[in-house]
This record gives sequence, structure tokens and C-alpha cells, in this order.
Amino acid sequence: MRDADMTILHIDQAGPLMTVQDMGRPGRIGVGLSPGGAMDRAALIEGAALLGLSEVVAGIEMAGLGGTFRTDAPMRFALTGARMDAQIDGQPLRWNASHLLHPGQDLRIGGVQAGAYGYLVPAGGVRGEGVLDSRSAHLSVGLGAPLAAGDTLVIGQDPKRDRPLQIIVPDDRLSGGLLRIMPGPQTQMFDPATRQRLTQITFGRGARSSRTGSPLDYDGHRLGPSGSRGPVSDFIRVGDVQITGDGTPFVMLAECQTVGGYPRIGTVIADDLSRVAQAASGAPLRFEWMTIAQADAAYRSVGQHLREAAAQVRPLVRDPADIPDLLSYQLIDGVTAGDP
Amino acid sequence: MSQLTKAPQMDLHPMGQDGILVRFGDGFEVATQPALTAARVIEHARIEGVVEIATALASVLVRFAPDRISRAQLADRLREMLLQPSVDADDGPGRLWTIPAVFDGPQLADVARHAGLTETAAITALTDARLSVLAIGFAPGQPYLGHLPDAWDMPRQTDLTPEVPAGALVTALRQLVLFANPSPTGWRWIGRCAFVPFQPDRPDPFALQAGDCVQFAATDAGTIDQLRRNQPDGLGGATCATLT
Repeated sequence: MRDADMTILHIDQAGPLMTVQDMGRPGRIGVGLSPGGAMDRAALIEGAALLGLSEVVAGIEMAGLGGTFRTDAPMRFALTGARMDAQIDGQPLRWNASHLLHPGQDLRIGGVQAGAYGYLVPAGGVRGEGVLDSRSAHLSVGLGAPLAAGDTLVIGQDPKRDRPLQIIVPDDRLSGGLLRIMPGPQTQMFDPATRQRLTQITFGRGARSSRTGSPLDYDGHRLGPSGSRGPVSDFIRVGDVQITGDGTPFVMLAECQTVGGYPRIGTVIADDLSRVAQAASGAPLRFEWMTIAQADAAYRSVGQHLREAAAQVRPLVRDPADIPDLLSYQLIDGVTAGDP
Repeated sequence: MSQLTKAPQMDLHPMGQDGILVRFGDGFEVATQPALTAARVIEHARIEGVVEIATALASVLVRFAPDRISRAQLADRLREMLLQPSVDADDGPGRLWTIPAVFDGPQLADVARHAGLTETAAITALTDARLSVLAIGFAPGQPYLGHLPDAWDMPRQTDLTPEVPAGALVTALRQLVLFANPSPTGWRWIGRCAFVPFQPDRPDPFALQAGDCVQFAATDAGTIDQLRRNQPDGLGGATCATLT
């Protein structure tokens, strides 16, 4: 079934790990399903803000490499998250901006220039049949699959199709930085000196990072709990920093398991998880402890985050120097020939 | 009707910016009954702003919307309701699942020896036991079932079995795990069933809930194979009765 207002997005080429993602399936930890959803949730929120949407919609997450896209009707979209090389019919596109793709044009998104996960967010959102209230692929449990060449996606109706193109300049989250961490149920298993040392080490995102989480590499004396006895298996959540047997911190991300038996030193606050997901290998990551009160004060609902992002977008004003075909523009529209 | 008569040791811990973990014991022991009872009490209270309640082996995770209820307000409510000497938590009747299974696993003999039983007596013990879903995790819908009689308190094996199939029943620590997917395991493989704990296209994708009762009904390998091949609902011939 296809509604007249629906647009079809054709995928002619696809990177190896390109998936549809929204805000995931929260609320199911008790039955063993982690929330999943976009690795960089801020990117979907900024996409919605750029497009003037009142809610976050499902977009395409591109890990490391994008693809080639065509549309059968004019389609507004935003490019957010990891900066990638993008062009429409050979014309380079600004990242962190909204754009318009016409039928007959080719949108090509290449490799990342900074960060790990880029997003293509269509204004109408990726529609179609979801599973358990979400369109997100949750690959670790076999829900959905990566997108492939030849796939088509149904895009919903654009609620603001005449809105001018916009840009946003988000705070940098693509090159590592500070991870604010709050205490959790097992923080006391680590002695004060170890908790202090966590903040003094410069970590790097490990090569085995995936949608389930990121191991953090570091040099020197290994981190570990004070006792030798392992805790009873308990819930583990996105953001928890588990210290595995060899002393490696592992930050749990979107598709993490729901129960774990390794001790957790604390929980990275939600706003800083994008930094973990987007850090290139070699980008420095450091921890800074927050009290519970500070972490709670830093909480933002998705709605609040979207309102804040919407306040930061501004119209894309093109610099004439950036317009290669300046002479073809009707620059004197409305000017009439004067009397001689 | 269940009661929290002797309040067990209970602590509240932060678990993320929108979570409180109610933990029973010191973090090193399994305490499923207080956790299940507490989860029922919290569910019954229908606290405004609570968006998720989940039970693990010795804890209950309560997730909340911080823009609707503060951590301090929620913690006060939880302490108030859980530290009362006696709390009514009539959650209505429970559920009993009867799941056909065949106990022909390669380590049945090993397990029977650990338990000091003949293989036949071990199978009888496995099918006589009315087990509880102690927790669900590691894979969607995958249940941890217990507890088996004391004789079944055997450690994990030292080697890892590289793979057991979906539906495998494995045991250790007086518990049984029913694997949702093919998986490596350090537990001993004693049998299998055709029950699929998580099937996204089923009206109820997650069949089991923490606190459900499960009893296995012994059948033969051919029946399990047939059930695995031909079962639109993925329940593997299981039936679910309401306990009165």
C-alpha cells in the first residue's frame, strides 16, 4: 500500500553498516531487550530540529561509509552526526544542514571525515512496518538488517515542505573529550584510589567497538575492583562502564546486553554517550566524576533536547563566492527597465 | 497475596539519570523472592512518572521520567512502600507454563552423577520441579529458571561448550537456562525443547515474564524435532494455565 503523499527513497549503493534507526525500543530490559536505536541520538534530534519537526523521526545511520540515493518526489532531508563527504550531482553539500533532493538527482554520501556514525534524516521520516513500536534495526538480537543496494524505503509526508534550508553548529562531539560519569550500584566495589585513577587516564576507543559498546584502550596499571568475588548477575544499562576481567573499561551502548556479571564502576550520562560512539580511534577520552545530584541536573528529555536544538538552527545563507553558477541566477529579478 | 514479612536487606542505588535499582542483599547473593515481591508492590502502586519496572535475580530496576518525578520523590515512595513490615501485593493468579522437553543432552549422565541420581531419577526430578522464571536476560526472552533441589547445586563446568542449539536446556547452580539462540555455554547441556522465548511476529513476542512458573513435560526426541519444524506460534507445544 502506498499513500499518495509517500515518497520512495531508492538506495543504489550502500556502505556495509547502514541501518534505519530511531530512538529505539525502551522499556524492555526486564525481558532481555536493550533499547537499541541511534548510536548518536543527538544527531537524530538535530536532524529533526533542522527540518522543523516537532518529533524525532527515523533516519538512516551510516557507520563509516554512506551510499547513493535517489528519490521519486522532492525530499527534504538533513545530514547530521559524523561529518561525511556528500554531494548532489557532484555539488558538495554542507554537513549539519538540511537539503532538498529532487527526482533525477543523485545523492552520494562517501566516507567519514570526522566521527563514526553519520545520519541522513528525511523530513517525513523512514516509515514502513516496525517491530515492537520501532523501525530501528537491532542487529545483535536479529531484528532488522543492514540496508543494501536495491533496497527502497518509504518516506512519510513532509509536514513543512516549504521551510527554507537550515544549518546548525553543534558542540564538537566527534573528537573524543570528557565523559561525565555518575556512581551506580557497584561503584563501591572499586576503592577510592581506583575511582580517582579512572579520571587520570587518557583512553582511546578500542578497535572492537560496535553498536553493543566500546572497549577503551589505555596504557599502564590495569583498573580493577578491590575484592576477588564477582557480583551476582544484575541489570546492565546503556552508559554503564563495565570493567572486564583484564581491566578494560567497556562502555555499554545502544545494543548492549541487559544482564551482566562484571563489576560496573559507574554510568556515563546520556548526553556524553555520543562522544563515545563518535570518537575516532586515537581520539582521547577522559572521565570526570559527577555527583548524583549533578547528573540528575544534567538530564534532558528528548523533547527538551529537541527544543534546545531547534533554537540553534538558522537559515542557510549562501555566500555568493560559494555559488559556482552565480551568473545563471536571476539576480535582478523585479528590477524593471527604467526610462532612458 | 504475598507478604514482605521479614524485610530483607534492601538498598536503593542510582542506575543512570533515570533509574533507581532496588537491590536485595549485598550484591553477591541471589534473592529472587524479595525482588519479585517488591516488583509486584511497586507495580501495584502505579506511581506517576514510573515508566519501567524490571526484575533481575536480586534487584528491581525502576526507571522514571525525571521531568515527571524526581529521584528523591521516587526514592521516598519506594522506601515507604517496601520497608513496611507487611505489604499486600495481590497480583492476581500466576501463570504455569508446561513445556514439552526431551532430556537427551550429552551431559545428562554427568549431571546425574553430580546430583547423585540415576539418569531416570534425574529426569523425574527435572519434570517434577515447578520452577520459577527467576530472571530474563542475555538474549531477549531467555529465562533463568529455578530452583532445582539442593542436590543440583553444581558449579559451572571448567570448559566452555562451544555451541548448544536454540532450545537447549542447560543447568548449573540449581538453575536451568532455556537458550533462545545457538550459544556457547559453561553450563551443562542436558536436554532441549521447541519453545522459542522471543518471536517478534507473535502477538506476545516475549512469552515469559519474571515470576511465571514453568514445568517441563518429558517427551521423545521425535516429538521435539517435529515441534521445532512445524510451529507457527513458536511455543513448541507449551501450554499456559492460570494458577488459582
